[in-house]
Amino acid sequence: MNVNTPALEAAWLVFARDLRLALRKPGQCVQPLAFFAIVTTLFPLAISPELSRLREIASGVLWVGALLAALLALEFLFRDDAQDGTLEQYALSGQSLTWLVFAKTAAHWSLTGVPLALMAPFAGAALGVRYDAMPWLIAPIALGTLVLSLIGSIGAALTLGVKRGGVLLTLLTLPLAMPVLIFGAQATDLAIRGASFAAPLYLLCAMAVLAVTLAPLAAAAAVRMSLE
Amino acid sequence: MAWTWFHRLASPPHLYAFAARATPWLGWPATLLILGGLYGGLVLAPPDYQQGDDFRIIYVHAPSAWMSLMVYVTMASAAAIALIWRMKVAHAVAASCAPIGASFTLAALVTGSLWGRKMWGTYWEWDPRLTSELILLFLYIGYMALRSAIEELQRADRASALLAIVGVVNVPIIHYSVIWWNSLHQAPSVMKLAKPAMPASMLAPLLMMLAGFTLLFGALLLVRVRAEVLRRERSAGWIRAALAG
Repeated sequence: MNVNTPALEAAWLVFARDLRLALRKPGQCVQPLAFFAIVTTLFPLAISPELSRLREIASGVLWVGALLAALLALEFLFRDDAQDGTLEQYALSGQSLTWLVFAKTAAHWSLTGVPLALMAPFAGAALGVRYDAMPWLIAPIALGTLVLSLIGSIGAALTLGVKRGGVLLTLLTLPLAMPVLIFGAQATDLAIRGASFAAPLYLLCAMAVLAVTLAPLAAAAAVRMSLE
Repeated sequence: MAWTWFHRLASPPHLYAFAARATPWLGWPATLLILGGLYGGLVLAPPDYQQGDDFRIIYVHAPSAWMSLMVYVTMASAAAIALIWRMKVAHAVAASCAPIGASFTLAALVTGSLWGRKMWGTYWEWDPRLTSELILLFLYIGYMALRSAIEELQRADRASALLAIVGVVNVPIIHYSVIWWNSLHQAPSVMKLAKPAMPASMLAPLLMMLAGFTLLFGALLLVRVRAEVLRRERSAGWIRAALAG
């Protein structure tokens, strides 16, 4: 990759590199999934093993679990690349940093958000969700974690190199992610009840479009600041 | 020529002197308006025909809630000015806004919860306005936490400025999604605050309190900005002269 590489191709190279690096350490990729599974297990133990009661709160449990699992992984979005200087090279490469940051965020989402969304039906089954509703759990969580990854990329860039950055990242990201939680949990709840969940899903799509458009700009600016 | 005063404010000594001169011009009118508004609201205004005397908490609650948003917008505007025109003192202004805004937000939450105790029978109801006020408080806390976590002043300034701008883009989205969230879930029917046109004797004190709180924010901001400028410029020569004279 050099100055003359087209922007899309450079972004694709960064995306493929991040995926390849992550898949060399499969143990790390599994961590958010295990976290999600454990959090889901806590609720039946804490509340009640009755499936009818668990079904009532299933959408909330799935969403809180998925958001926290995705947040845990966000701390490492830029950290390794910042430490070994790769991020600095990206900033100096003459390529648009916005595209490269977007590629990194997209890779992060493919490695955490997508697996979490694919796991949601199984977690849902454990919470009493009926079989015909299970496939519909995937799309809302996939979209929601995409928005969370994008919003979180700003926070992750701002807290680069800060001590105890993980807690701070949570504090910065979660208030901004409340709308995602509201409409995401709404969509999942409607899906579990077998109703049409198109309306909240469209709102999630709108938020995803907004986040894809604006968040990489802010995240790239934040990366530049933390490199200065 | 018209803009020279604005450019001069960008220099810390001028801003420091200007803030010192302007503080009483905002502080005294604020005191008079708030005292007058309190007298009008607590003594002169008639009791509400439904809520009796309980409604009078509105004279503190509504202005605090209004200020909590206005301070956030002020903070984000100062942050944007600082980032775009690289104006250092604008960072000092943005940093000074945050604790004031957080205090107003907390005041709005506490008075709202006390009011809720009388009206809804509980201290906390997941009312959309209270909820978005709570999220706003989290945004302020996050801003201040980010500032205090970064040791290098310049980086703290720039990072928190970016966060304030991202936050201000999100505030309307959060506000409306919280309103939809609650209306989708079925709103409690007690809280129909559809304002039946207030009589002038109730409205006038409220407007006085709004104006008074706005001026109070201006005065507090100027005092904090002076402290912030002193802290940032503590090694500069002009400070010795300013403090001696």
